[in-house]
Amino acid sequence: MITRIRSMMVRAGIVLVGVFALVGVAGCKRPAQQATTLKASAAGTALVESSGGHQLGVTGTALKDPLVVQVNDDQGTAVPGALVEFHGPFGVTFDPAAMLTDTSGQATTAVTLGTIAGRYQLSAVTPGKSKAVTIEIVEMALGYQQRVGSILNEKHCSRCHDPESSAERVSNFNNLEVKPHAFAEGDTLNKMSDADLTAIIQHGGPALNRSALMPPYGSTLSASDVRALISYIRAVADPPYQSAGTVYARK
Amino acid sequence: MHPIRRYLSSAWQALFGDAVRAFGVVSAVLLLALAIAPAKNQFAQWHQYQRRYLSLIHDRGDAVTLRRRFQPGIHQTWLPELGVVDRCTTCHLGLNEAGLGDVSQQPFRKHPAIPHSLDGFGCVICHGGQGPATTVAEAHHSERAGEEPILPARYIESGCGQCHQNALPGTPQLNLGRAMLTRYGCVRCHAITRPDGTRVMATDHPPSLVHIADKTTREWIYSWLKDPQAYAESTTMPNYKLSDADARDLSAYLMSSSTPREGDTALAATKAGSSADLAAGPSLYGQSFCASCHAVQNAAGNLVGGDVGPELTRIGNKAKPEWLAAWLANPRVYDATTLMPHYRFTAQQVATLTTFLQAKSDSDYGTGVHLDAPIPAQVAHGKRLIVELGCAACHEINGVQKPENFAPDLSTIGSKPLAQIVFLPGMEVSLPSYIVAKIRQPRAFGASVKMPQFALTAPQADALTTALLSLTNRSRSMPDTLRVAATVETNYQPAGHAGKLINELACFSCHRINGRGGDMAPDLTWEGSSVQRQWLIDFLRNPNTLRPSLIRRMPRFNLSDSENKELTEYILAVYQSPAVDADAVPDPSHSPDVVEHGKQLFYSKYACQSCHIANDKTDKGYIGPTLTQVGSRLTAAWIYSWLKNPQALRPGTTEPNQNMSDEDARALAAFLMSLKGQGAHGAKL
Repeated sequence: MITRIRSMMVRAGIVLVGVFALVGVAGCKRPAQQATTLKASAAGTALVESSGGHQLGVTGTALKDPLVVQVNDDQGTAVPGALVEFHGPFGVTFDPAAMLTDTSGQATTAVTLGTIAGRYQLSAVTPGKSKAVTIEIVEMALGYQQRVGSILNEKHCSRCHDPESSAERVSNFNNLEVKPHAFAEGDTLNKMSDADLTAIIQHGGPALNRSALMPPYGSTLSASDVRALISYIRAVADPPYQSAGTVYARK
Repeated sequence: MHPIRRYLSSAWQALFGDAVRAFGVVSAVLLLALAIAPAKNQFAQWHQYQRRYLSLIHDRGDAVTLRRRFQPGIHQTWLPELGVVDRCTTCHLGLNEAGLGDVSQQPFRKHPAIPHSLDGFGCVICHGGQGPATTVAEAHHSERAGEEPILPARYIESGCGQCHQNALPGTPQLNLGRAMLTRYGCVRCHAITRPDGTRVMATDHPPSLVHIADKTTREWIYSWLKDPQAYAESTTMPNYKLSDADARDLSAYLMSSSTPREGDTALAATKAGSSADLAAGPSLYGQSFCASCHAVQNAAGNLVGGDVGPELTRIGNKAKPEWLAAWLANPRVYDATTLMPHYRFTAQQVATLTTFLQAKSDSDYGTGVHLDAPIPAQVAHGKRLIVELGCAACHEINGVQKPENFAPDLSTIGSKPLAQIVFLPGMEVSLPSYIVAKIRQPRAFGASVKMPQFALTAPQADALTTALLSLTNRSRSMPDTLRVAATVETNYQPAGHAGKLINELACFSCHRINGRGGDMAPDLTWEGSSVQRQWLIDFLRNPNTLRPSLIRRMPRFNLSDSENKELTEYILAVYQSPAVDADAVPDPSHSPDVVEHGKQLFYSKYACQSCHIANDKTDKGYIGPTLTQVGSRLTAAWIYSWLKNPQALRPGTTEPNQNMSDEDARALAAFLMSLKGQGAHGAKL
C-alpha cells in the first residue's frame, strides 16, 4: 500500500517537473522567437563593411556615424531582404541588433560602445546560402584621458601629423620637408617608449636628434596634457599598441 | 493529561529540569544569538566580493603587493564638505590599483585615469547611486524616495559640471549642453541660477516682432508657425504643434499688432530704385563673407556656412524685397541690437544683394496657404494664445508683456526626487531617462504641456541632459571655495563715437574685446599694442587675408576715411597691453648681423617655417599667419613679447611657448621686422 502511494507520488513528481520544464523552456524561448520574426526573403554569399568602421567613439556613448554593412551575392550585386545580425562584447548595444537589408542591400545600425576604453571587436553575421558569413568590424572607445588627448591633438598636433585635410582644416603635412608620423602609424610609434614620446613632445624634435620642425610644447602643455596625448596616441595605434607594462611570472 | 501538555512538560523537564540544564540551554541560546551578527557579516554580499577579489589576485605575479594593500572589512570615504559617504570601495577593490589595468571583470576593474584622486572626491559625486549602501541592488539600482539609481556612463560629465561652472576642455558634451541651454532659448522660460547666485543668461537673439508686418507676410508666418524646420532646418525655433485655427489666429494678431517702422519705407524706396548688377550677386555675397554667419543648404542638402545668423536657404520666401533692401542698407534701423554689421553698402550693392537673396526661394514652400481677412474674435484669440504659450518670453510683441517665471525653475533639476516625477508607462524609472524624454517628446507627457517640440538630435538631447543633471543640490551646498566660477560675458562697452562705430560694425559678433564678444575672429583686447597704424588703416579699408587656411574671414566694410581714421586711432590708443613694453626692443633699425642671426634662428633652431611663410618662394608653412609683410604689420615690441610667451598675450593660442631667451627673441624680432613685403605698407592684395 505504502509503496504504491510512494510510486504514485514519484510519478506525479516526474510529471510536475516535466510540466515546469516545458513551461520554463517555452518561457525562455519567447524573446528569442521575437528576435527572429524577421523573415529573410533572400540570402547573399558575402558581407562587406560599407561605412562606420574604425570610428573613435567615447566610452558608454553612441558612435557618431551608424555602422553600415552590405550583403552581396556571388556576382558582387547587393542583396536586399537578407538577414544581418550584429554582435559585440559585453556592454555593446546595437539598435537594431538584427535586421533585413534594405533595397540597396545594406543594413544600418547605431552602435553604443561599452564603458571600458579600448578596441572593440564587433561582428556582423548573415546566414548566407550554404553557410553563415561573418565579418569583423573594429571600433575604438576613448576613455576620459584619451579623449582629452584627442581634443589636444585636434588643437595642437593634427594639422601637421594628419595628412588628410577636412573642410574646416587644411593639412600642413605636405608643406613639411621632414614628414611627421601620423599617430596611427603603430609600426613606428609603438617602438617608442612613453619617456621618449614625452621628451619629444615637451622638448621638441631635437631632443631625440630629430627634426626641429617639431617644436617644444613643454611650456604650452601641462604634464597631464602630455600624458593624455600619449594615451591617445597609444589608443589609435595600428597595429595596436601592447603596453610593455610589468610582466609577472605565473606561479 | 492531554498528550500535548504531557509532551510540553517532558520537554520542559528535559531542558530546564534542573539548574545545570537550564544554565546550559540559556548559554547555548545566548551563543547562537551572538553568532547571528558574525554570520550575517560572513554571508554579506560585500564579503563574497572581497573573497572573490582575494582569489582573483591569488594567482597573479603581483599578489604579494596586492594582498598587502588589501584591507578586509567595509571601506568608507567620508568627505563632509562634499556630502560624500561612500562605501563603494568595499567591493570595487581594484579602483586604485595601477597593476590591475588588465582586469576587465567588475567590480575589480581599475578606474580609468582622471584628473582627480578617488579618495579626495569619492564616487557618487560623479556616478550617482547610494554611497553608504553595501549591497549591489541598493547601491546601484535603488528607486526609493530620496534615493537615486546610478548614472548611466554617457552622462558622466554632469559630475564635472557640479564644481566646474566654467567650460572644461575635457568635457565637450557638458559644454555643448550648457551652450544649448543659452542658445536654444531654454533659459528664457526656465530660470537657472548658478550656485553663486548668478543667472544663466540667454545668448540667442530671437527677433523682435513689433514691426513684423514690414518684414514678411501673414502667410509666411502661418507656415512658419506650423513647422519652423520646414522653412529652415537649422532654426532653433521649436514647433508648438499648433492647429490650423491657432496658427491662423496667432498670425492674425502678430500682423494686426505690428507697427510700421518710421523712415524705413522712404529708405527702401531710394534703394530699390538702384539697378541690380545680377552677375555681381554671388561675388558680393562671397566678398562680404555672409557665409561666416549665415548658412545656406547646398544641392546635396548640406548646410554650408556659420550659425550666428539665420539660415538663408529660403530667404526669398520670407523677406519682402523692400524690407530686405532696407535691412541690408542698415540693419540697425529695424533692430538696434542685431548682430549683423552695418556694411555701408552702396545703393547698387544693396540692390544687387537684395536681388541675389530674393532668388533664394522655394516655389513649393507655403503653397496652399490661403488666409481670409481675420475677424476681431480671431485676433483676440491669437493674443490669448501668445500669452498662454509664452511667445513674449523670447520675442518682443506689441501689446503683450514679457512673462516672468513662465516655466519651472531648473536650478536644482539634477536632484529632482524620483517621487515627484510622473513617469510614462513603460519608461525607465530614472531622472536621466525622464529628462531626455521630456526634452525630445514633451507633448508625450500630456496634450496640455506647454513646452514645445525642439528639433534635437539624440546626441544634442544627451548633451542637454548632461548639463541639466549637473544642476544638483550638492553643487549648491558645497563650500564656495570648492567650485570653479563660470566665465561670464562682461558687458564691456567701448566709449564715445568710436564705440558707436564698433557697435555699428558689430565687431563683437566675431571679435572678443575685454571679455565680451564672439570667438570667430582674433581677440582684439591688445590690438593697439600689436599692430602698426598704417597697416590697420589699410586693413580696415581692404582686409587682406592673413591666414590663407581659414575659411571664415574679415568682411570688407565701406568705411569713410574719417570713420577709418577714428576707429584706427581708438584701437591704437585704447587697446594697449601693459605687458608689451616698447623699450624691450630698443633699437628699431637693427644691424644686419642681428637680422641675419634672427634669420638663422627662424630657419634652423626654431624651424618657424614649418608653420609660417617668411619667404613666398621657399617656405610653405600653412598654419600661422603669413609673415612676408609682418615688419609692416606688427610692432617690434609685440613680436618680442609674443615670442617670449604667446599664451600670455592671447590665452589659448596654438603657437607653442618655446621658452626663448631674451637674446633669441630680440634677434628673431629684428629679422621679422625686416620683412616689409613688396607692396606699400604691406597692403598687397
